[in-house]
Amino acid sequence: MDPLDLARWQFGITTVYHFLMVPLTIGLGLVVAVMQTLWVRTGREQYLRMTKFWGKLFLINFIMGVATGIVQEFQFGMAWSEYSRFVGDVFGAPLALEALIAFFLESVFLGVWIFGWGRVPRRLHLAAIWCAVIGAHLSAYFIMTANAFMQHPVGYEVVDGRPVLNDIGAVLANPIVLTHFPHTIAGSWAVAGGFLLGISWYHLWKRRRDGIDTVDEHGRVVVGTTGSKARDRLDHRVWITSLRAGAAVAIVGFLGTAFTGHAQAQQMIEFQPTKMASAEAACQDGTAFSVLTLGDLGAGDRTTCTDVTTVIELPGLLSYLAYEDFTTPVPGLNSLLPDFEERYGTHLPDDPLYGERAGAPIDYQPLMEVTYWGFRLMITFGGLGALAGALTLWMTRRGTVPDSRGWTATAVASIGAPFAANVAGWVFTEMGRQPFVVYPNPAMGVDEVYMFTAAAVSPGVSAQEVLASLIVLVGIYAVLLVVEVVLMVRYVRGGVPAGMPELTAGEHRDPDEDRHDRDDVLAFAY
Amino acid sequence: MAEALPVFWHVIIAVLWLGYLALEGFDLGAGMLMQAWARDERRRRVLLNVIGPVWEGNEVWLITAIGAMFAAFPFWYASLLSTLYLPMLLLLLALILRAVSIEYRGKARTDRTRAVWTWCLALGSFTAAFVVGAFLALTTTGLPIDANGDRVGGPFAWLNGWAVLGGLAVVGFSIAQAWAFIGLKTDGAPRQAAARFLSRWTPVALVPLLVWAGAVLLRGDRPWTWALLAAGVAAAAGSVVAARRGREGLALAGLTLFLVAAWSAVMIVQFPVLQPSTVDPAFDLTAEIAASGPYTLGIMAVISLVFVPIVLAYSAWSYWVFRRRVRETHIPEPHAVEPV
Repeated sequence: MDPLDLARWQFGITTVYHFLMVPLTIGLGLVVAVMQTLWVRTGREQYLRMTKFWGKLFLINFIMGVATGIVQEFQFGMAWSEYSRFVGDVFGAPLALEALIAFFLESVFLGVWIFGWGRVPRRLHLAAIWCAVIGAHLSAYFIMTANAFMQHPVGYEVVDGRPVLNDIGAVLANPIVLTHFPHTIAGSWAVAGGFLLGISWYHLWKRRRDGIDTVDEHGRVVVGTTGSKARDRLDHRVWITSLRAGAAVAIVGFLGTAFTGHAQAQQMIEFQPTKMASAEAACQDGTAFSVLTLGDLGAGDRTTCTDVTTVIELPGLLSYLAYEDFTTPVPGLNSLLPDFEERYGTHLPDDPLYGERAGAPIDYQPLMEVTYWGFRLMITFGGLGALAGALTLWMTRRGTVPDSRGWTATAVASIGAPFAANVAGWVFTEMGRQPFVVYPNPAMGVDEVYMFTAAAVSPGVSAQEVLASLIVLVGIYAVLLVVEVVLMVRYVRGGVPAGMPELTAGEHRDPDEDRHDRDDVLAFAY
Repeated sequence: MAEALPVFWHVIIAVLWLGYLALEGFDLGAGMLMQAWARDERRRRVLLNVIGPVWEGNEVWLITAIGAMFAAFPFWYASLLSTLYLPMLLLLLALILRAVSIEYRGKARTDRTRAVWTWCLALGSFTAAFVVGAFLALTTTGLPIDANGDRVGGPFAWLNGWAVLGGLAVVGFSIAQAWAFIGLKTDGAPRQAAARFLSRWTPVALVPLLVWAGAVLLRGDRPWTWALLAAGVAAAAGSVVAARRGREGLALAGLTLFLVAAWSAVMIVQFPVLQPSTVDPAFDLTAEIAASGPYTLGIMAVISLVFVPIVLAYSAWSYWVFRRRVRETHIPEPHAVEPV
């Protein structure tokens, strides 16, 4: 086995897994902070209940993001030491800034928020969640700055063959991060919106199925109560507000990804033309957006691109995405590859750095079956999430959901769509820059820096070590995913009291029981 | 000025590791004590809630130390982490298990699951402390690296007695630090028990750290650093006395001073070598060789000088917020989550 392939799989799997948790942390954190702000400003209990319930789910997810995020900080050095040495002067800085500026803020204030209920003044407690949310966004910004350097290196000069930082402002304002960051944040909103939507739908439906809420002859909701605070009239308000807010956030998030995605396509055509062409499985220059391309996308001699047939296409759309007109052709791989071969060589250098790959031919065509379908799955799943939002707003305009198991299952399943879109988008953008780990930026002139993925892996680390870590990490991640989902489901089914036990605490207990030290008990404890 | 920057960053990274050991020390120790010392559920929950509000911020010291090594000394970061590939993997697994078990333990429904999480927390804490100790010891005593900084030999070529000694050093220190912190942050039975254990077992717990520091000092050629180590030992002795008199704050300060003294002595003896090579001293990584360019070091220094005080200020404030001692009676009954 090849340590390079193993290391790539490991990086891909651990990073995609980490990014299942991250967008929910970013999006749901913001939503919870807004809910708590509404509670502090209006004093309405409905918002307190929402803060507590969604806050609990936020925390169950947050810790998994933290735990799997630590791996990122280490694995550049562990498995990609040559990469770390080559770009460390530039690339290390945003990682250090992320820890110093973002992680401390996020972690310390989240600790204050979790344990601070009833212990710190209300407004200070609110400020704590906002600090944590700002920390999460800063962290996303810094790590995406680092990623942007891999897509489009800027802000450096070359000293002894290596990029050396000479303009931190340019690195932090890399045009790539200026579009990727809002795209990712919008994607996080889509995730949070879908999450609110699916779970709130389930609770509204349960209230209907249990006969608490009914509808009148116009289909308008008639809200009922069981007498328990867990199922009172306010409980309905909690879910319908969350549901409709979630649907709106999902739609706004999708629109945000569409607008920023358009800006990204315009950059891609300029900065990473091979990524754009392979997103379209385009061998020849053209103006049409492919809806369905068949053929063996990854077949045969990769130095020429043949054997694909576009079955369905939208004329002019690709040119619009890239250039905002309908006629300028977008270059296909067959016109790009010769240029790349001329600039960056046809074979990997005979350098011990490349190990057994030294002298092997370089394939500048990304894996088209991955990039082509990654791009389309991203758009499809993103669209499905937005469709779920729009349908929800329409179907719940009279104040509740239909008493239908099928619709409920659909709504719950739609939670997965924005997650899938996020995964597909990242797989597309990272696979689309291959065979480079640092994609060249010709605009830097003679100072141009690039690195082949084949040169980035740790020379001293054996395939057995990487295989061992891959197996162990995948194993533990699989177990933890089950644990997280089981816990999530349990707390979702528990409704508001799951996140707010004090809501119903008095209902099943003798009121005189341990009253003497009630004031002394911690409002929250592990 | 440009020559001073690598030195500045060498010091900053030493300080970041110090911050990690001093602060996360009691978190890691408390994690180990969950299984090894606390015998009943109430005591365990007291421990968990003492570290609960602060452990995550403390762990960021580790992330920052690693990130700063990457930014300031990329060659050091790359060599260390790739050479120590399997122990680093073990550290990551330990940190993952620990983080998840702290958050999820309280959500367990059965005693059995709770016991599993307790074991994960204890083993994760022990492993994390041990690997960090081995890692730091090997940065002072050497790794089998070649001229490029890559490992010579198999996946375990780094393994030696120093690694074990360093591992025990951080495990021992963390347990002592945890007793002091528990003494400071609790009241009633856990406070008394912690003080009793601290005054009785501190000398034993600190021996590995003392031996490691002493051995590194013996190998070096700056004899005056022994005075520093001696001052550390005096602080540790003071800590035991303070614990006997019920002054847990002083005890914690004494232990921390011991750590500061021992770690500083080690760092001073090593200077300017970041990472010795056991293959050939010519392959040693020094601050100068491994450092990033003056621009990176300079700009990062400016940013650190602005943000480190801010971080310290709000971290200190968060400790102040949770300054109240936790008693066993403060711990609420666990609430069952049932479907509505």
